[in-house]
Amino acid sequence: MPRNEIKIGGFGGQGVILSGYILGRAASIYDSKYATMIQAFGPEARGSACSAQLIISDEPISYPYIVAPNVMVLMSQEAYSKFTPELAPGGILLTEEDLVVTHNLRADVRHFSIPATRIAEELGKRLVLNIVMLGFATALTNLVGRDAARNAVKVSVPKGTEELNFAAFEKGYEYGLQLLKKEPEKILA
Amino acid sequence: MHADPIGVLTGAHFIDGDHACSEGAIAAGCRFVAGYPITPSTEVVERIAERFPFVGGVFIQMEDEIASSIAIQGAVWGGKKAMTVTSGPGFSLMMEHIGLAAMTETPCVFVDVQRAGPSTGLPTMPAQGDMMQARWGSHGDYQIIAIVPNSPQECFDLTVHAFNLSERYRVPVMMMMDECVGHMIERVVIPSADKIEVHNRKVYDGPKESYRAFETGRDLIPSMVKAGDGYRIHVTGLTHDEKGYPDMSVSAQGKLVQRLMDKIRIHADDIVMYKEEDVEGADVVVVSFGITSRTAIPAIEQARAKGLKVGHLRLVVVWPFPEKRIRELAGKVKSIVVPELNMGQIVYEVERCAAGKCNVVSVPHAGGTVHQPKDILAAIEKSLRGT
Amino acid sequence: MPEELYDIETTIPSNPIEEFLRMDRMPHIWCPGCGIGTTVNCFVRALQTSGLDLDKVAVVSGIGCTGRVAGYMNLDSFHTTHGRAIPFATGLKLANPGLKVVVYSGDGDLTAIGGNHFIHAARRNMDLTVILINNMIYGMTGGQAAPTTPVGATASTTPHGNFEETFNLPFLAESCGAVYVARWTAHHVRHLTKSIKEALAKKGFSFVEILAPCPTLYSRRNKLGDGLDQMEFYRDNSEIKNGADTKSVTLDFQGKITVGKFVDKERPTYIEAMNQHYQKKFGDRYVPSDEIRKLSHAQE
Ligand code: SF4
Repeated sequence: MPRNEIKIGGFGGQGVILSGYILGRAASIYDSKYATMIQAFGPEARGSACSAQLIISDEPISYPYIVAPNVMVLMSQEAYSKFTPELAPGGILLTEEDLVVTHNLRADVRHFSIPATRIAEELGKRLVLNIVMLGFATALTNLVGRDAARNAVKVSVPKGTEELNFAAFEKGYEYGLQLLKKEPEKILA
Repeated sequence: MHADPIGVLTGAHFIDGDHACSEGAIAAGCRFVAGYPITPSTEVVERIAERFPFVGGVFIQMEDEIASSIAIQGAVWGGKKAMTVTSGPGFSLMMEHIGLAAMTETPCVFVDVQRAGPSTGLPTMPAQGDMMQARWGSHGDYQIIAIVPNSPQECFDLTVHAFNLSERYRVPVMMMMDECVGHMIERVVIPSADKIEVHNRKVYDGPKESYRAFETGRDLIPSMVKAGDGYRIHVTGLTHDEKGYPDMSVSAQGKLVQRLMDKIRIHADDIVMYKEEDVEGADVVVVSFGITSRTAIPAIEQARAKGLKVGHLRLVVVWPFPEKRIRELAGKVKSIVVPELNMGQIVYEVERCAAGKCNVVSVPHAGGTVHQPKDILAAIEKSLRGT
Repeated sequence: MPEELYDIETTIPSNPIEEFLRMDRMPHIWCPGCGIGTTVNCFVRALQTSGLDLDKVAVVSGIGCTGRVAGYMNLDSFHTTHGRAIPFATGLKLANPGLKVVVYSGDGDLTAIGGNHFIHAARRNMDLTVILINNMIYGMTGGQAAPTTPVGATASTTPHGNFEETFNLPFLAESCGAVYVARWTAHHVRHLTKSIKEALAKKGFSFVEILAPCPTLYSRRNKLGDGLDQMEFYRDNSEIKNGADTKSVTLDFQGKITVGKFVDKERPTYIEAMNQHYQKKFGDRYVPSDEIRKLSHAQE
């Protein structure tokens, strides 16, 4: 797997940073890949469009910042407007269906969406939206394996909430697999 | 000596450089930290504050960086290994106490997570603008050791090393991180305690009557006691004799300062640390350090793809500077390129050592982000023109 | 000049204070008639009767004439940087809480450049005994104004007279949380000795301010005579008021001097507060340093 640059965007409180962290942890600790995550700090990190930046690769990562992300996971309209222009040609865009309207989307972008908020609400906790998105991203990309992602979820979420988060992860993952059956040509090589 | 297992979080972690630095300190046996909040270094002391109650450490948030930088020295004379942590503006405030630590040969570690300056500058963004300050910031002549990590893993490994060097040479050691490395999250593998080598200061335990606190053998490093051991030591920032008593004579000054310099100089070959890659036979060598060593890699790869013979020398220990090696290289290569996140600091050292034997090209950057590889590539190409 | 002033300078081999001083460093640098030596003598006498193990007493000084005290004491002694004796002492105490740590420094050092550290150590109730020699001037650097120079007094940097309000140090110390606050002059040797002894026995931030003459720079410039005249002035103008409200003890230029023990109370020290807090919060999971554990066992 070559260098993959991932950007996760949303608004504060959606667990954007945590989902990036779990993905990186899954790759670097449980999948023996390399991962570098850069945190945005200061006022900009607390604003309405916050983001996590992550690189995952089979090779050691030298340059630490993302240049042109080839995978984006977006959970707010503002993040969509702000970040999609950066998406690399042919990149994968994963969005939260009810929170993001994908107008003017470039033709080269491989786009999938999931009603993650509704799924999270059905599970009884809107907060696990980010973990639903994470399961979704795990299914639709080959960034990390399912087991690695599950292991990382387990050690990264608050104690006592593991089962709920696993359920959220599985729902997102399953949803992703179903979509993939419909459009297998879109998967990340 | 090996690390005390009580403090060692053996295993693979996905943590940032700041937190890795804290773990390195704990593994090295640091049990006193004094600090004052400042971005982007605060996470180091936050983790220390979290962890210390469980490992027998004392953390105190002092009223400012001046206080922090001397509280650690009190703690060292009380028998602890100690560290303080800061960033540019706080580092500026600590300068006098770097001099005190050098003068009183107090082993301690100063961590500076560099951000863009001068003054308040860009608090949340990286730079490497404090490199000369680390070396020369306090008044007078003295020597220190400065280490520059380029990843969270090295923030762990090299913090342990910083304490070891500090204890061995009784000198303040600067851990020169930067915002990017400090906030970057990567895998950090912490070995088991028995795999972590830890050095402790040489301790005097001979008869009290014959103890002279600053007397040394040929290694020029005095052995230490701590307050309360009954030796009734006197430690002063004034020029002093071997007993530690103030001596206001020109000869005492000459003797002491010479030894403080020589103490590091004669051990420089053991302290200096750099990593080379494809340097033999290269036409150009990129000399880099810290985060810049990582941004240089794509540039070097691109240059090689264009058929240029480019080597890479990464400084891990920047002070003392690897003078011998740079002198040697300068006689063999056509040019040396020095990218750094400042307007040109270490390049002066390189120029000094190259002494006109090869082209030396600076790739300055005012900080706030890292270099674009294309700028370093352009400098590599430019450095060969006219050679 | 009181006899005490000369005890140090004319020490005979059998003098009982000899073991407390680094005799190999005599003669000292202080001017004839300087009050600092007298205070050292009182400190030594307080130590002698304190019952403290002298191997476990450390003196920390900053910079200045009084800053030289550490260098003359035959104890573990640290002569640090200007204004920073208290934070150094803080680190020393926290690392090695079995030590009795005494900060011995001047008014300029502790309350101008070191003022921030002074107030915070008092606030934390750091277990230190702070002995402050107030000669109302910077001595070592040549008689410049200090935060303690009275309004109307002349100093080399206030050649036309000082118009800046001064610090009332007992009030400052008390309001920041010191558990023991006293003020004496170099004339009150017996009271002072007793007071230092009490301060040494106290747990927490204890503070003793001592007015002492600086004949060379302060008295001469202000036409107040020599050291002896200043001592006589202390004798004639001091009023002992134990328990006085520290608000009322401000010093004026050659005005009345209120001396006495003003504050003597109890509150947990920094180390006690830390221990109690972590023990309550973490129980057996709390691992204090070996030195702190030993100390709290000894106290139980
Ligand atoms: S200058 Fe003043 S304070 Fe200093 S030693 Fe002389 S008399 Fe004492």
